[in-house]
Parts: sequence; C-alpha cells; structure tokens
Amino acid sequence: MNEILLHIIIALVVLIGAMSVSASLIWLERRLLGVWQDRYGPNRVGPFGLFQVMADMIKIFFKEDWIPPFADKPVFVLAPAIIVAATLIPYAVIPFSPGIVVANLNIGLLFFLAMASLSVYGIVLGGWSSRSKYPLLGSLRATAQLLSYEVFMGLSLMGVVMMAGSFSLEAIVEAQRGLWFCIPQFAGFVIFFIAGLAETHRLPFDLPEAESELISGFHTEYSGLKFGMFFVGEYLGVTFTSLMIATLFFGGWQGPLLPPIVWLPGKTLVFICLFILIRAALPRPRYDQLMSFAWKILLPLSLLNLLATAGVLLILRK
Amino acid sequence: MLSILRTLWGVFLHMFRSRETIQYPEQNILDPPRFRGRIILSLDPDGQERCVACYLCSAACPVDCIALQAAQDVNGRRYPEFFRINFSRCILCGFCEEACPTYAIQLTNDFEFSEYDRNNMVYEKEDLLISGPGKHPDYNFFRVAGVAVGVKGKGESENELPPVDVRSLLP
Repeated sequence: MNEILLHIIIALVVLIGAMSVSASLIWLERRLLGVWQDRYGPNRVGPFGLFQVMADMIKIFFKEDWIPPFADKPVFVLAPAIIVAATLIPYAVIPFSPGIVVANLNIGLLFFLAMASLSVYGIVLGGWSSRSKYPLLGSLRATAQLLSYEVFMGLSLMGVVMMAGSFSLEAIVEAQRGLWFCIPQFAGFVIFFIAGLAETHRLPFDLPEAESELISGFHTEYSGLKFGMFFVGEYLGVTFTSLMIATLFFGGWQGPLLPPIVWLPGKTLVFICLFILIRAALPRPRYDQLMSFAWKILLPLSLLNLLATAGVLLILRK
Repeated sequence: MLSILRTLWGVFLHMFRSRETIQYPEQNILDPPRFRGRIILSLDPDGQERCVACYLCSAACPVDCIALQAAQDVNGRRYPEFFRINFSRCILCGFCEEACPTYAIQLTNDFEFSEYDRNNMVYEKEDLLISGPGKHPDYNFFRVAGVAVGVKGKGESENELPPVDVRSLLP
C-alpha cells in the first residue's frame, strides 16, 4: 500500500514538475533571448518578471478558442492533446535520482524513441485537419524532417546502449559512474543533440513553423488553449531532450558533493539554456540543406560512430 | 561547423554587454529638440495671440484635425474665435507648424497625452494656448510684416521705410 502511494506521489510530482518547468521556460526563453540581444526581456510583472508566466497563462486561457468551420473537428481537437501526451509520457522512464523514477522500464530508451515518433502524429494531424495550405505545408515538412532525424537519433544512442549493455536508463546512469559517456561517445552526443533540436523543431530546425514563410506552420489555425498546448508541448520537448542528454551522456543524477536531486535538474538547465542560445544565434537553413545534412552527413557519421564503438568494445573484451 | 561555434560564443558574450533598452517610465527617453509631440498655440512677446486665423494650418493638415473660425477685434486684428485640434486624428506630422506664417502653432516634446475617453482628445483653444512665445521667443509677426492693427503705426515696423508722401513727389 505504502509503495503504491509513493509511486503515485512520484508520478504526480514529475507531472506537475514537468508542466510547471516547461511553462516557466516561456519566461526563461524570453528573458535569455533578451539578454543575448542586449535588452532586458520581460521584467515588469513581479520580481524579475517571473509572473509573466502567470500573465501569459491567464491571457491564453481567456482567448477565444476558435475552430475554423472548414477544419476536421475531432482530429483538430485531438492533435494538440497527442503532442502533449506523447511528450509527457516518456518523463516516466527518467531516473531523477536513485530509486526516484516513475516506471523503471528495462527498455526505457526504446520507449522514449517510440514516444518521440508518436509525437509526429500530433503535428501531422494538426496540420492536416486544419485544411488550409500553410498548416499542410508545415506538417509536410515536419513529417519529412522528424522521420529523417529520428533515424539517426536512435542510431546515435546505440553506442551508449552498447557501452552500458542495457536499454534501461537506470543501468545507463549506473554505467557512467567512472566516466560520463559524453567523452567516449562524443560524436554520439553531438549527433543526438542536433537530432534533439530537430525533433523538438526548435530553431534552427523550426522549418515546420517557419514564421517568415509559413505564417506559423502546422499550428496556424490554432488559437486559445489549443495553441497553448502546442506551445507547452514544444517546451516539454525541450525539457525532455535536455533531460535525456543529461541522463545519457552527462551521468544523469551523478555528481560530487551535491545530492542527486540537484545534479540532474542542474545539468538539464544548462542544456535548456544551450537550446535557447542556439535559437538566439543561428539562422534557419534552407529545407533541402536540412534534408541533405541529415541524410548525407549525420546518418553516415552516426553509422561510423556505431561501427567504431562496436569495434573498440570487441577489442577491449578480448 | 567552426563558424557556428564562433557565432554561438559571440552571441553568448552579449550577456555581458550593457543593455540597449531604455526603461521608459523610470528612465527618461531621449529628448531631441525637433521632436514632434503635442501641439500648442503660442503668444507673441507682447503677450497677444500670435494666431491670425489664416486657415493655412487647417488646409495643410493631411488628416483634417484642425478646425477654427476667424474673427476680428476692434483694431482689425484677426484672431481665431475657436481653435480646435482633434488629437485622436492628429498624426503629429508637423505640417501645420511649417505652414504657419506667424509661428503661432508649434509642436512640443510632450507625447504623454493618452485619455480614457475619446472626447477628451479634442483640445479647445484654452487647452492649446500657452503663456509664452515657445520656440521663437523674439518674433512678433506684426512688428515685421502685416497691416497696422494697433501694434504699430504706419511705416514703423522693422525694415520698413516711412510712408512716401505721394503729393511731394514732384519732378
């Protein structure tokens, strides 16, 4: 009984934590973008503008939630829910500190990859059910982009899996006790980071919603709370990708002095800030450049990395 | 790849630069001398209304926000019976100031004149008149040009010769 209660509490804390962190990323991102562009960002509402999150929430709650008459209504309503659900569920497999994990799956990594593929449906259906041209173009791009980047997102993680000898995230974190995987698997880390950027369709890989060409891509027709769900889904994705990078390549909750529950969020925050820095600095590539970069450079690189890791492991084992 | 990293580092360093933002209500914004803000009507150095109700500002106004009605006092000096600017229409282009032959209508640096009620944006002559000469402290139109309207006698204005006695112009 007590164990069940503990699990429920952990699950609730992770859910609420993930939602509130990704909501406050709205503030963090605007503030950091301001800092990197020599301005202040939102600093009026509350201390350091922290209540800006609340103000944004209230605003988006009271916006008219309008469904265009030409849209495919049930799918249109379902799409943002799919995005949020598909990015929220994999939080369950992350070990936040020893013993604190919602579901210790022995195939946690595969589960994460499967859920990452599912979130494509949210975007595709959102664009398709809008029945207007820019959302459709946006979701077309999103489909191609997410599918091609997913290929080597999985492949880049296989080096980690080989070194840890397990798909379970707890085992992977344990295997990094001596040396974080970001050093032997540096190529894997870089490729996973780029793929993570593309998977969350953040700048510079935000072609599905490129404002300057597609208005706002697949969520052009969305308003009010449904738009807010796409928005929160994006930040959930950013948080989750940063969590995964910290877990898989930077030793998860491991670190000296401070308790584990501080280390993982700290490392995650660094990568979230890196995501925002990349958004502040880099321009968007052309679409064909994006695709050829994925298939001609990153896919061979991740295969090479896989091969090299396997070879080194084989030699070491003999 | 290297250029991308250099770009990231360069953008990161902007964290330590000083901010461009002027925190407006607490910090004052720049105050350029030729700013075009709220319109006023000025008085000449003798303390009389400069406006001669020539309608040029009204004609020049591209959004037709200036309304006035000319009148004459006992000396024959023209003045506006009423002078009304609808600031909810005004685009602060400054054409009226350029059109004004007597420097009566001028644009000031004040731009903080928001109102909750739209009717309050309509300024009457009492609201527009200020108690001084504004940007041109020494200028009095009637001392330089124009008809004698109690300000000066015939031939007494600046750079004006005394009137010629036509009867004494004998060969």
